[in-house]
Amino acid sequence: MDDFLVIDRVSKSFGSQRVVEEVSLTIARGEAFSLLGPSGCGKTTLLRMIAGFEQPEHGRILLGGRDITHLPPERRPVNTVFQNYAIFPHLTVWDNVAFGLRMEGRSREETRLEVERMLELVRLSAHAKKMPVHLSGGQRQRVALARALVKRPEVLLLDEPLAALDLKLRQHMLAELSSLHAQVGATFIYVTHDQGEALSLSNRVAVLNEGRVEQIGTPEEVYESPSSKFTAAFIGDTNFLTGTTVSAPHEGCVHVRVDGIDGSPWIVTHRLPQVLGQTVRLMVRPEKIHLSPQSAAVNEGMNFFSGIIDEVAYFGPHTRYRIRAGVHAITAQIQHGQPGSTLARGDQVRVSFHPDSARVMGMEVGG
Amino acid sequence: MRKSLRAGSVQWLLTLPSLAWLGVFFVIPCALVLLTAFRPADVYGGVGRGWTTENLTVLRDPAFVSVLWRTVWVSAVTTLACLALALPVSLHMARCGPRQRQWLLLLIVIPFLSNFLIRVFAWKSLLHPEGPLTRMLAGLGILTEHATLLNHVGTVLLLMIYTQLPFAILPLYAAAEKFDLTLLDAARDLGAGPWCAFVQIFVPGVRRGLLSAAVMVFVCSLGQYVIPQFVGGVYDEMFGNQISRRVFAERNLPQACVLAGALMLAVIVPMLASALWQRLARREAAP
Repeated sequence: MDDFLVIDRVSKSFGSQRVVEEVSLTIARGEAFSLLGPSGCGKTTLLRMIAGFEQPEHGRILLGGRDITHLPPERRPVNTVFQNYAIFPHLTVWDNVAFGLRMEGRSREETRLEVERMLELVRLSAHAKKMPVHLSGGQRQRVALARALVKRPEVLLLDEPLAALDLKLRQHMLAELSSLHAQVGATFIYVTHDQGEALSLSNRVAVLNEGRVEQIGTPEEVYESPSSKFTAAFIGDTNFLTGTTVSAPHEGCVHVRVDGIDGSPWIVTHRLPQVLGQTVRLMVRPEKIHLSPQSAAVNEGMNFFSGIIDEVAYFGPHTRYRIRAGVHAITAQIQHGQPGSTLARGDQVRVSFHPDSARVMGMEVGG
Repeated sequence: MRKSLRAGSVQWLLTLPSLAWLGVFFVIPCALVLLTAFRPADVYGGVGRGWTTENLTVLRDPAFVSVLWRTVWVSAVTTLACLALALPVSLHMARCGPRQRQWLLLLIVIPFLSNFLIRVFAWKSLLHPEGPLTRMLAGLGILTEHATLLNHVGTVLLLMIYTQLPFAILPLYAAAEKFDLTLLDAARDLGAGPWCAFVQIFVPGVRRGLLSAAVMVFVCSLGQYVIPQFVGGVYDEMFGNQISRRVFAERNLPQACVLAGALMLAVIVPMLASALWQRLARREAAP
């Protein structure tokens, strides 16, 4: 992986508040990268520092080996799609897209060709003469995209690109953004608080929390093997259970006795150097949990325990159950048509999951 | 049908007080001024009986054109200078925090707490030949020994700008407060320098505020006569001075009304024309 955009130990405070703390990231050329985190995690500030609207107090930002930390925004090969799109209301769609090229002093003919090409790419050619007030939300976003992409940026920053759109349009633009990225080939950096967006749009995700990077990895990595409780809880739903490691029969396998649930210790296959007798946190995703009637045959090699269904919520393609097991409340998500998808409140069930689907974390990691 | 009729009459009732106010204190006085212009003057400074067009001859006074021209250009320069100064101030105010903004607003409004005449006299003593500013400039060799900062058209402009500046800042600030500041970020992002973003994005963005500030300052400047009278020279008389001389010194109300009416029409006719033109243009643009 080449080091195209390097963010090197960057920190930023507003007043006495540290917003970004010693963040280091390396992003490859042409990558689709997401900065994911809850509001106030510093992701937008980080984006604004890459764009040049904010100056970091410490650290450097390098682009293609060049230090751009103190370059003003107009001199960076970086363009932004703003959250509210920031379309110039007094200019037509055409003039909005042409603005950046005029600033570069391009010839009239060249500007015309580039703008036409770009409007075609985002399918707005028919709306070129319109004023922004007459556009729909999706069209405005395409204007913002065209206006930034016509500059042929090396890095395109997108601040919550889908937040202002309704669900239907959001799904449509999700696909559109991915195909635009493939066509344009620039590095795309998304800022989002929506894990679904981050996972589906990007090659890699950085999870941010309180100004720090919690984890960087591919969408599969951060979803399947979160390195901290924060990441596990922020990306998708998770059941957390505390327990104690009791034995390790062989390499890469550990037995955990979960507090408050009777039965034999659970088997977890997870590569973590385990010290026996240690208190650990077990993490199981709701969709990895299977439910079966109490009387059904036990599947060999599965971890299981019994519980009572407390709550049922029907979501169409899947059903979510809340199960009381000892002192714990466990969430399970069962696909429609799978065994256990037609249980009712108060039913006694057997809860099971495969040893591979659980993750073990030390208690100190991520609080 | 009945419901909408009632809603309409309620609207009328609600508008009635402001319409009555406008009628009693604006339309009727204006009509009186225009009517008095066609009355003969009586020897005691009042208005005589009958109708005459004789008063209109004051418009043929050779001084009239030059005074009108001076009034227009002094007002225009004042307006341009006020807008040029108020634009960056309004942007700064829109940008800064709510606390700092309140302080700035207070500082801008504070001069209104003292009487206008007192402020003019304060300037007069500040700029007096024996005053601190003149002495300092003479000491530095910038002014010659007997030069004075008073009685000069430049001084009139200085005071006009000083007086009118808040009237430019307030409407512009109101417009700038509603201006979406991320548009300036967007302009910078697309390659515009700070100045270019200011001129190409901020100025058109507050154009409504700019228009009302311009009208406010220009109209108020046109009628100004205190400043030229106290700090201007003999040849810096403005239209307002002509009117005030006819009211107070010559006691010829009908002639004063002719001048006042001429100024009023000179302001109102172009404004109405441009409003009409804009409305027509908008109707044409709408599909």
